[in-house]
Amino acid sequence: MVDLDVVSLSRLQFALTALYHFLFVPLTLGLSVLLAIMESVYVMTGRTVWRDMTKFWGTLFGINFAMGVATGVTMEFQFGTNWSHYSHYVGDIFGAPLAIEGLMAFFLEGTFVGLFFFGWKRLSKVQHLTVTWLVALASNFSALWILVANSWMQNPVGAHFNPQTMRMELSSFTEVLFNPVAQSKFVHTVSAGYVTGAVFVMSIGAYYMLRGRHRDIARRSLTVAASFGLASALSVVVLGDESGYTAGFNQKMKIAAIEAMWETEPPPASFTLFGVPDLKTETTKYEFRIPWLLGLIATRSIDTPVEGIKPLVEMAEGRIRNGLPGYVWLGKEGGGPTAEIPQDLESSMHDLGYAFLLKRIRPDIENASEEQIHEAAMSTIPDVATLFFSFRIMVALGFYFIAMFGVAFYLASRRRCGRPWFLRMVMFSLPLPWIAAELGWVVAEYGRQPWIIDGVLPTFLGVSNVPAKDVALSLAGFVLFYTVLAVIDLVLIVKYVRLGPQTEEELATFHAAPAPAQ
Amino acid sequence: MPMDYATLRIIWWLLLGVLLTGFAVMDGFDLGVAILYPFVPRTETQRRVLLNAIGPVWEGNQVWLILGGGAVFAAWPLLYAASFSGFYLAMMLALLGLILRPVALTFRGKFDSPTWRASWDWTFFVSGFVPSLIFGVAFGNLFVGTPFRFDSALGMEYQGDLFGLLNPFSLLCGLTSVFMLAMQGATFLASKSEGDVSRRAGNYGSLAAAMLIALLTIAGIWLAIGVDGFRVNGEIIKDGPSNPLLKVVARSRGAWLANYQQMPASFLAPALAYSGALGAAFFLRKGTAKLAVAFSSVSIAGVIFTAGCSLFPFLLPSSLNPDQSLTVWDASSSKTTLGLMLVVALIFLPIVLAYTSWVFHVLRGPVTEAAIECDEDYHY
Repeated sequence: MVDLDVVSLSRLQFALTALYHFLFVPLTLGLSVLLAIMESVYVMTGRTVWRDMTKFWGTLFGINFAMGVATGVTMEFQFGTNWSHYSHYVGDIFGAPLAIEGLMAFFLEGTFVGLFFFGWKRLSKVQHLTVTWLVALASNFSALWILVANSWMQNPVGAHFNPQTMRMELSSFTEVLFNPVAQSKFVHTVSAGYVTGAVFVMSIGAYYMLRGRHRDIARRSLTVAASFGLASALSVVVLGDESGYTAGFNQKMKIAAIEAMWETEPPPASFTLFGVPDLKTETTKYEFRIPWLLGLIATRSIDTPVEGIKPLVEMAEGRIRNGLPGYVWLGKEGGGPTAEIPQDLESSMHDLGYAFLLKRIRPDIENASEEQIHEAAMSTIPDVATLFFSFRIMVALGFYFIAMFGVAFYLASRRRCGRPWFLRMVMFSLPLPWIAAELGWVVAEYGRQPWIIDGVLPTFLGVSNVPAKDVALSLAGFVLFYTVLAVIDLVLIVKYVRLGPQTEEELATFHAAPAPAQ
Repeated sequence: MPMDYATLRIIWWLLLGVLLTGFAVMDGFDLGVAILYPFVPRTETQRRVLLNAIGPVWEGNQVWLILGGGAVFAAWPLLYAASFSGFYLAMMLALLGLILRPVALTFRGKFDSPTWRASWDWTFFVSGFVPSLIFGVAFGNLFVGTPFRFDSALGMEYQGDLFGLLNPFSLLCGLTSVFMLAMQGATFLASKSEGDVSRRAGNYGSLAAAMLIALLTIAGIWLAIGVDGFRVNGEIIKDGPSNPLLKVVARSRGAWLANYQQMPASFLAPALAYSGALGAAFFLRKGTAKLAVAFSSVSIAGVIFTAGCSLFPFLLPSSLNPDQSLTVWDASSSKTTLGLMLVVALIFLPIVLAYTSWVFHVLRGPVTEAAIECDEDYHY
């Protein structure tokens, strides 16, 4: 029987550790590229101020990078420790991009990041610049592969169920790699990282300008980050729209929940700019709608309907019923060395995942009653209110970034970015990209519920057979330990920001100061 | 070149050994240096010599662990699922160590306070010692057998806890692992430092090599007379589906050594383990630390393949239901995935080795105390 405590605790632990890990990832993605751009300017112009900039932002990058590496190991371990049935069930497909990520991206990143810090004197200018670009390239590669893996959970293409091994197996790696969800998610996520890096650099640069410190470096940093940020923010929103489009034909329920769209509307569907979803009455109150917009985003047409939650639940009911005969057959024949899916059950096996939904209600699912099938179908609705608001805040922030970078770009190009109102706005915008990124993951993953792999395996079946008390213990450990690390990390970043960029000579004296003998 | 399923499985078993060796050799530098950290350096500058010796390379070294995890996930999903969840709390402890290491390295030097640095010094040691011990203990439990079984849908049930893992034989394996990695870290440190630090690292390294030889011998004798080995009965189907419920397994005393009788070539593995450790100790004494690194690495490969050859074809034996133990023949990925991952590994591993060698070449030469005190490029 499913132990729901273990399910909830494992989900909470994964969500917290993933969201925590993603505090560091976007900054690594964005800052690595910005470092490479700054150093390129140094190598091309030979002006040392650009090298000092690279080193200064590099110090902050280093603190952030170590935290990213440290918390990233947790993510890979957790599939096995907490989601062992998931790992067995889809490891044949899901494990591959993770292993490739290690081989192609992490090695490149991990091997060269050390040289970035230790190699200034050992390498020629061009060699060092190459190293910096490789680190930036590698962090982008790693985003690609982890998003290929993640997108397969959203849209499990290129795989089939094998009754002899009782798991999903790979049919076509190219389908997994060229999953349309992966393509749009990759650019969306990477651009979000660039926005984060740009806001980080601009915000700290603005702080220096307001204080009248390090004006040389601050002004240049603002200019670089403004142009880089503007391009990235546009890309985030455009590719976010692309994500919406791909989710529109694959994860219809997610779209419907994000929109709190209970019924199917005659096309093209309108977009609810604001409203308050009411789960009890299955309606949305105080709505303010923009006609046509949703239909255009989700279907790129004016005559394809966007389906509502209620009709999707009915569809899920049908798929649960369809999946049951396959499940019954599997119980009798599955796991045998020669088991083959009978032809008349092939469509049923496609809906096996839907039949699994009943496992939460009763172990002998073949005897489920009509009410229980309906209950299982209702469980396919994700948390509408959370998705509805998270999505809207994220999108609003996306448009805010475009506006902010647009203004910054305009002011910088006219050499007027010293205006205090603007600098204050930029400085206080520092936390916003993190809020947007975290909410993005909430929409993507919480919106995938109740599935761990959309339509294939419900989340509650993915967990390990471990005692709830062990998971509670590890969860408590993570909360405590990660909180301490977060505090130290923040203190260090603040310390180094206050200290500010140093010229070569200042750095030499700073590092030569002997530590107290013990 | 089309390859049959059985061959692919054997290749991936070998690659598993290669990747584990890669991890122990490369991350062994860092783990070992962390284990030696309370013993070798005497002053703040000497401590910074240790930290900066591994400073530019630890990130890359740690990736061997990530890759190992990823490769087990991709090539042996059942093994990944069963071992990581079965050893739950042990894995969490190892993870704690692995998180603490980068953090300790990065945070330690950023404040001048002695208390601050002393706390991170202690943390740094723990971050090397605990994972080294746990990985060895986990290996030991493979021989003892772990308490798991499957239902007909391959849902896993595990009946042990953290303390069940800490049986005497597995603790012995844990200590073996600690000394093995201490030896590796010591040879690296001896080659990357000068004077006092190098000399003391050499002494501790020879001691660790001697301990490794002693503990390996005890473990071997213990395996022969004190541990029930596993053996697959009846015909072995090598290209069947990856389903561990289709075979019969018997347990008997000494069965873990049976492979050496059937395949004398496998004696090569323990021979390398011993001679590598002897060579490492010898060259540490002689003061040619670079050769010691090579011999120590060979010894590590020998130790890992000794364990692998003894267990073969078993990957994760079950003490609860031996018939359901995971073996090379019934716990792998599909043929498609094994083939795909082999191609990827054959393309990228050589590239990785090439640029890793280049980076080590760029960073060649010792980290001296004088340089630590005046050069701002020593980051930690």
